[in-house]
Amino acid sequence: MAVVNEHTVKAFDEDLNRLRGLISEMGGRAEQALIQAMAALSKGDQELAAQVVMGDKKIDALEAEVEQLTVQTIALRAPMADDLREMIAALKIVSVVERIGDYAKNIAKRVALMDQTRSIEAIPVLMSMSSLVAELVHDALDSFAARDAELAVRVTVRDKNVDDFYNSIFRTLVTFMMENPKHITESAHLLFVAKNLERMGDHATNIAEMVYYVVTGERMEERERGETPEGAASAEQEEG
Amino acid sequence: MTQDDLSIADPKMRAQGVSVFYGEKQAINDVSIDVGTDLVTAFIGPSGCGKSTFLRSLNRMNDTIAGAKVTGTIELDGEDIYAPSMDVVQLRARVGMVFQKPNPFPKSIYDNVAYGSRIHGLASSKADLDGIVERALTRAGLWDEVKDRLTESGTALSGGQQQRLCIARAIAVDPEVILMDEPCSALDPIATAKIEELIHELRGKYAIVIVTHNMQQAARVSQRTAFFHLGTLVEYGKTTDIFTNPKAERTKDYITGRYG
Repeated sequence: MAVVNEHTVKAFDEDLNRLRGLISEMGGRAEQALIQAMAALSKGDQELAAQVVMGDKKIDALEAEVEQLTVQTIALRAPMADDLREMIAALKIVSVVERIGDYAKNIAKRVALMDQTRSIEAIPVLMSMSSLVAELVHDALDSFAARDAELAVRVTVRDKNVDDFYNSIFRTLVTFMMENPKHITESAHLLFVAKNLERMGDHATNIAEMVYYVVTGERMEERERGETPEGAASAEQEEG
Repeated sequence: MTQDDLSIADPKMRAQGVSVFYGEKQAINDVSIDVGTDLVTAFIGPSGCGKSTFLRSLNRMNDTIAGAKVTGTIELDGEDIYAPSMDVVQLRARVGMVFQKPNPFPKSIYDNVAYGSRIHGLASSKADLDGIVERALTRAGLWDEVKDRLTESGTALSGGQQQRLCIARAIAVDPEVILMDEPCSALDPIATAKIEELIHELRGKYAIVIVTHNMQQAARVSQRTAFFHLGTLVEYGKTTDIFTNPKAERTKDYITGRYG
């Protein structure tokens, strides 16, 4: 990353640092929400799940705070060039992080609706998938904090593995439901969990794309992200 | 210097390899730039970067400074403005200038605008001259405000009106290029907005080059922006690119407020 000089007006740097701090805190909370929601799911821990649901309020509040600070900074400091790009990216990133928080909350809410899931073989794969997604969210936000376009590109490349996980879990669960009609409800919930995780991975990619734009001033090209693996979208046509 | 595809098919003015010296001191170092009629070009940069010096070399205002020397070529419609055959008075009618501080002559509003046409013999009759004055004042957005007081002194107008009077005076001789050196720095925001609107109106009729310290102003009025630093042209590009994604580190530091 390039060495960035300080602004002549130091208060501008203070605003920017506060903004980055808020986004970083928000991202950390969303990542934790995901990890805890999945832990609650695998252990059937309803108390932990309730905590995740409650914690989402703080994530929403942080989004509102970032929005307000961004609008203020644009109005008062008239940012230009990479500063301006950062403002726009901040707005878009927090709305994406807020969605990640919502998906974590949605997973947590499903914990109370399931009690036989521990016997389903898809669970360990879901846990591996969620670890990867949490890493991507973490790295996407790290790339924002460090202005690291290369790390951002790597996040988008690794999102392909999340898609592979999703396709594999989809097939596993469909097969499982055919063989175990008694477990269809739980399996359907897990299918939604997998879908939530897949969406979170996409959102991590969105963050990475914004970071790339902040750092380089260019949109990330499709080719930067590597080849699309064969059949990645085959499990579900609607996503396109 | 970084340059995208910014070539102007039929430049009104073309500077190539221009350097300007004040005695021993070099104020401008090897600047090349084209100015088009359909575009407003803004020169930005910190104080002492050479942007005003370069602007003044475009109509040979530097000739009036002892020891000033210009090398390289500057062409107006392909004609070298520093050629011995160039009539400097004629040149300055074709390449008009508006200064930082409004400088109306201590004459009537009418005479201020009519002045250039009289010395250049552009009007054949009183009615003709009346027409020139009205057209120039109208184009400068001042006609409605002064049409009933044309005999009053130009210096009695407000600062913003005086600056528009100076623009009318420049327009009256039917120039091809208008150079503006910080035209709004002595004006309040409303008078500034009127000048900016005027620049927008005049675009396409004249090639306009504006020097400004106000980067927001450069962003608002221009389509091309040139960033000068220490006598060199660091970056020249589309205004939208310069202000959202400048290529040179020095440009970025300057426009984001990180300079020195």
